[in-house]
Amino acid sequence: MLKVGHLGKSYGDGEDAVQAVGDLDFEVAEKEFVCIVGPSGCGKTTLLKCMSGLLAPSRGEVVLDGERVEGPPEKMALVFQEYSRSLFPWMSVEENVAFPLRNRDVSGDEADRLVEDAIESVGLADANDRYPWELSGGMQQRVAIARALAYQPEILLMDEPFASVDAQTRADLEDLILDVRNKYGVTIVFVTHDIDESVYLGDRIVVLTPSPTEVQEVLDVDLPRPRDQVETKELPEFAHLRAHVYRSIKRKQPAEAG
Amino acid sequence: MTVAGRRWVGGGLEIAVPILVLGAWGVLSAGSQTYYFPPLTDILSTFADTWLFERVTSDALPSLARMGAGFLIAVVVAVSLGLLLGLSPRAKRAASPIVEFARAIPPPALLPFAILVIGVGNSMKVAIIAFVCLWPILLNTIDGVLGVDPTLRDTSRVYGISPRDRVLKVMFPAAAPQIFAGMRTSLSLALILMVISEMVASTNGIGYFVLQSQRSFDIPEMWSGILLLGILGYALNGIFVLIERRALRWHRGARASEVS
Repeated sequence: MLKVGHLGKSYGDGEDAVQAVGDLDFEVAEKEFVCIVGPSGCGKTTLLKCMSGLLAPSRGEVVLDGERVEGPPEKMALVFQEYSRSLFPWMSVEENVAFPLRNRDVSGDEADRLVEDAIESVGLADANDRYPWELSGGMQQRVAIARALAYQPEILLMDEPFASVDAQTRADLEDLILDVRNKYGVTIVFVTHDIDESVYLGDRIVVLTPSPTEVQEVLDVDLPRPRDQVETKELPEFAHLRAHVYRSIKRKQPAEAG
Repeated sequence: MTVAGRRWVGGGLEIAVPILVLGAWGVLSAGSQTYYFPPLTDILSTFADTWLFERVTSDALPSLARMGAGFLIAVVVAVSLGLLLGLSPRAKRAASPIVEFARAIPPPALLPFAILVIGVGNSMKVAIIAFVCLWPILLNTIDGVLGVDPTLRDTSRVYGISPRDRVLKVMFPAAAPQIFAGMRTSLSLALILMVISEMVASTNGIGYFVLQSQRSFDIPEMWSGILLLGILGYALNGIFVLIERRALRWHRGARASEVS
């Protein structure tokens, strides 16, 4: 279980301090798919960096399975939005996926199997020996997802992972992540600014306010699974939820940001 | 014009122009009575007599060995030091005045000191070449490491990459394009310092040969040595570019895909 307890983050000191994250408090249960959605610039990335232990919070804490997160925990993987800058361009697809396992306590055979499974799960079995820059954006993000899966995290954080790919690829990747979530039984925290995406993917949605960020509301998504790009999205509940989240975000939008 | 056609013309020019220049030199210098500018044919026949292959082992190889040793020492020391300094901004700041000062010294000015301390043997020449080649590679390595994309750094941290792998498998390859740029600068410095150190104090080497020929008024020999140095510089750079292209194939690929 992941607990974000009264988390706050300010940049700078004294009077010049900018409060990026005000006071965030929520929990993520085991195997849950939680989407965090909020307006642009509301400190979503800061929140995720604090959750992953890359950034020390100014106030509050992040607790994973009863242990306070001080640095990147071994049970956690992170998929960045900028796939082209998070993959190692001098390593092939296979080497990229295998690299994090070098420092893990797994045997060579076991590592090979994990890498192979992960690459197959994201549908890139034919691209093992290619380099990231030889692949399309969507395929590069698949490599990043495979790398995260091979690492066998209990919890997978995703920072607007599909924000820089085209609409069709995005839909494919959304379905891919739902598939691997079932296959790997991993807890997912998915940050996005896309309301449809959050409703389509999540078990729950945490709606954030603009900066300094607080939790606006937490919504349960009671849509049936497995979800389907066409059928799920034509359900009246989908439309209601979508409208609800939209209003919820709109309500707290400061006037000058329009 | 098609791309292939344009490339063909470009390649043709690259071969044709040197031939034209050599031809013009040959024609203009033919029958020359000027002592300092002997006919090209004389220079070429002297070149063949001297460098194919009589003086290769006595002069050319010792020169290349000194240059290679100095250059390699510089690469190893500069890259290791650069990785360390690049990892710690504080260490980099502390070291930067010394680095800036040392690289600002015109290299030949160190020769008298080096001769005094190390003597006139091979080690002095290797040391001078290594010392001079060190700075461009060191500065480029530091810059390269400092410029590693923050997302790559975060990725390494999230996936618990060990410090050793972070340096050798992330920072080093990420900085490689800049390291190669520094090495290229240093390669031409190595050639210059090889010649100068051999002119100041030596009993063999190409630099020694050029100066000795001039002093004994063997002008075609002197010219043949100069010609050899030019050819060596050109060839070494060519080999270097080939190695760089191979090693940094990923870098060119990644850059090309960013542009498109």
